[in-house]
Amino acid sequence: MNRYPLWKYVTVAIALVFGFIYTLPNFFGESPAVQVSSAKVTLKVDATTLARVEEVLQAAGIGHDGIQLDNVGVKARFKDTDTQLKAKDAIERAFNPDSSDPQYVIALNLLTASPQWLTSLNALPMYLGLDLRGGVHFLLQVDMPGALQKRLDSTAADLRSLLRDKNIRHAGINRDGDRIVIKFRDAETRERASKTLADNSNDLTLAEAGQGDDLRLLATLKPEAEKKIAEFAIKQNINTLHNRINELGVAEPVIQQQGADRIVVQLPGVQDTAKAKDILGRTATLEIRMVDDSPGALEAGLAGNVPFGTELYTERGGSPLLVKKQVVLTGDRLTDAQPGFDGQTNEPAVHLTLDSAGARIFKDITRDNVGKRMAILLIEKGKGEVVTAPVIRTEIGGGRVQISGRMTTSEANDVALLLRAGSLAAPMDIIEERTIGPSLGKENIERGFNATLWGFVAIAVFMIAYYQVVGLVSVIALATNLLLLVALLSLLQATLTLPGIAAIALTLGMAIDANVLINERIREELRNGMPPQAALSEGYERAFGTILDSNITTLIAGLALLIFGSGPVRGFAVVHCLGILTSIFSAVVVSRAMVNLIYGRQKKLTKIAIGNVWKPGTATADGQK
Amino acid sequence: MEFFRIKKDIPFMRHALAFNVISLVTFVLAVFFLATKGLHLSVEFTGGTLIEVKYQQAADLERIRGALGKNGFNDYTVQNFGSSQDVMIRLPLRDAADSAQQGDRVMQALNLEAPGASLQRVEYVGPQVGRELAENGALALLVVIIGIMIYLAFRFEWRFALSAIIANMHDVIIILGFFAAFQWEFSLSVLAAVLAVLGYSVNESVVVFDRVRETFKKVRGMTTPQVLDRAITSTISRTIITHGSTQVMVLSMLIFGGETLYYFSLALTIGILFGIYSSVLVASPLVMWLGVSREQFVKPKKAAAEGVADDGACV
Repeated sequence: MNRYPLWKYVTVAIALVFGFIYTLPNFFGESPAVQVSSAKVTLKVDATTLARVEEVLQAAGIGHDGIQLDNVGVKARFKDTDTQLKAKDAIERAFNPDSSDPQYVIALNLLTASPQWLTSLNALPMYLGLDLRGGVHFLLQVDMPGALQKRLDSTAADLRSLLRDKNIRHAGINRDGDRIVIKFRDAETRERASKTLADNSNDLTLAEAGQGDDLRLLATLKPEAEKKIAEFAIKQNINTLHNRINELGVAEPVIQQQGADRIVVQLPGVQDTAKAKDILGRTATLEIRMVDDSPGALEAGLAGNVPFGTELYTERGGSPLLVKKQVVLTGDRLTDAQPGFDGQTNEPAVHLTLDSAGARIFKDITRDNVGKRMAILLIEKGKGEVVTAPVIRTEIGGGRVQISGRMTTSEANDVALLLRAGSLAAPMDIIEERTIGPSLGKENIERGFNATLWGFVAIAVFMIAYYQVVGLVSVIALATNLLLLVALLSLLQATLTLPGIAAIALTLGMAIDANVLINERIREELRNGMPPQAALSEGYERAFGTILDSNITTLIAGLALLIFGSGPVRGFAVVHCLGILTSIFSAVVVSRAMVNLIYGRQKKLTKIAIGNVWKPGTATADGQK
Repeated sequence: MEFFRIKKDIPFMRHALAFNVISLVTFVLAVFFLATKGLHLSVEFTGGTLIEVKYQQAADLERIRGALGKNGFNDYTVQNFGSSQDVMIRLPLRDAADSAQQGDRVMQALNLEAPGASLQRVEYVGPQVGRELAENGALALLVVIIGIMIYLAFRFEWRFALSAIIANMHDVIIILGFFAAFQWEFSLSVLAAVLAVLGYSVNESVVVFDRVRETFKKVRGMTTPQVLDRAITSTISRTIITHGSTQVMVLSMLIFGGETLYYFSLALTIGILFGIYSSVLVASPLVMWLGVSREQFVKPKKAAAEGVADDGACV
């Protein structure tokens, strides 16, 4: 009765081999590496890049422990961190000759030192969370109302030029909260405008309001349009963050959307949080507005009497400037900004490229305002800064704009970078930050490892002393559980955090429950006078129902944690849930297989080494002696 | 080796009332502390900034406080954390938009006034995140309770489900009561521990209830308290060994796990100890008082065929 069919033994053996192979990479440690990846979408990293890295290293006389190409980029391994740093400098010089415009991201990284055949089986070490390896974690909240308002502002500008093109006279277009109000003087014009707008824009819901002289058309964004804008804003911001983080040279940055309006950024290994935050936190958005040059207006503004519809700013040179509140163009319309030189004067300049809608608006604006000034503003957290306020010399068509005058080369570079990377679709705020120093990470690994190790040893000693051979079987089953759990975590590349390690320890502490249940049941059956073989079989059979029940209740708690938990709780829950699954398998199937192997073949089994089984009858007899 | 040489069933149910009174008193105390002192919530829930720095030598807390005060911080707490070299600085949320930058400003201040600090950890949580975490935590607790009740009701009977949940909720309240009474820091990982304990000690009740069901089915002519006594007695060895093993693991975390896991393992320790107590000595009497009896487990048809009387006795 205590025999397993062959297939069950084979299943157990396969599970063990699987567990062993996928746990193995965790023992090899990591070796320092340099990673070369592309900083530009247009630039692909391929076999030629690999060859070039090899050449560069050879030329510099730096030995390496292997170069490989994967979907992230080219990675070269080195024997120690000194060589790694030297190699990074050499590669940096060769690949990015112009440091102001890097083509490649050259980053320090750690690669698993496990042999190639393991890596090719996709057997990788566990993916360590930031609290174990050190680094920065940010949660950014995208200001969606802000994004929608910005969109409404630019829509209002679009409507203005549309109505002008169609020769429809209105008495003013303004954004009021989350709607655009267009005023008209007569009903017939409003009718025409309403029709034109409906034909030209699918995103707006139009409603009529007012009477007599004060006729209005209220335009609001349709819900599906709002959704589209929100999705676009998140995508655009993630793209922008990618560009900015490339500047930092992080090997494995994680930039992901979380929920409807949040972005998670994780930068493993980054220690300079101030710089990281500075680069991420530049939540600048770009706006082009007209400068109010009307005589006397600036003087009035300086005297504290800012004319209606304008704002007072200070130019970079220090001179004050009165800028109209009405936004002509926003950063959305900007597709590129590059530093360069003016073709005629050879002054440093910034070349902007606008999309087609932007180009059309820009053409109209420049045609109507030759000789006047426009201001390019960066808006950060509600505060604006005038980047530059050039004079419009001529009508500019085609969407190619050049800004020049009173700039140094490095200023031109800065402005271009800010305009390019600085154009977020919507402002963002850091709402959560976690920074873990590298030494704390190492300490955390050590602590977690020690806690698990000593707990395991203590349990093992007790189990073997108390249940003898059967106890040893339980301990091996528990070790199998650990092996399978680590293998699963490595295979799934689930992020292991300190709470995750705590969950491993706790799972082991709880998993022994199943074996104690079984062993106690076997003893009980023996006590009731059952023959050993039958007692083993009954013990496993009867305990199984209980084990299942108790594990399911624990699993319910684990799943709830997984669904509602965030951050550290989720790290705990993932391991906890996986651990429950592996523990059912190892406590029931693996330990049974071992017991069957040890005892199942003996036909006349008289005794099981499960420790002394005390029977009430014998004890009283002993006591009486 | 055999620790448990129990000759007769231990009459747990005879003292059921006493156990429940003890339980009730502890519970009321826990509620009292929760109500008067409240939980000392961590930065994760309240929002704010937490900065951990390490000095090469023993840190001069007064100097650090001075440095912060001079640089315009207020409402900060500075305390040692684990050792005399480790310092934990807590700052509340501020309305100003620069709340997210506080960590850097603190480091600047320390570098000027109390140099030698290396940054170990910064945690900044904005107000909306904190609120969400608290809400999600409460939601998780609710889902666990409902999920376990449904499962137990489906697998056993409503009496068991109700008793198990009451017993284990009382564990949860008592853990929270300890955290309130001693003003230990209640963080996200403590919440995880509390929920894990909930799942774990329900599991304890399940083992006992499983045995109760089995005893009802197998042994005839016993009164309900006798059945409960028998079930508890025959599982008591397993209960103590299992919890002992889990506790050893948790103790190991308490000793080696460092500050981060300290309150986590403390919550687990309290949970495990009260888990044994409540599932054995609180849940079982509740089942009894809710009126569990043999007929609920024996199929009536079969019973009739065997001529068993209504009260489950047979001749």
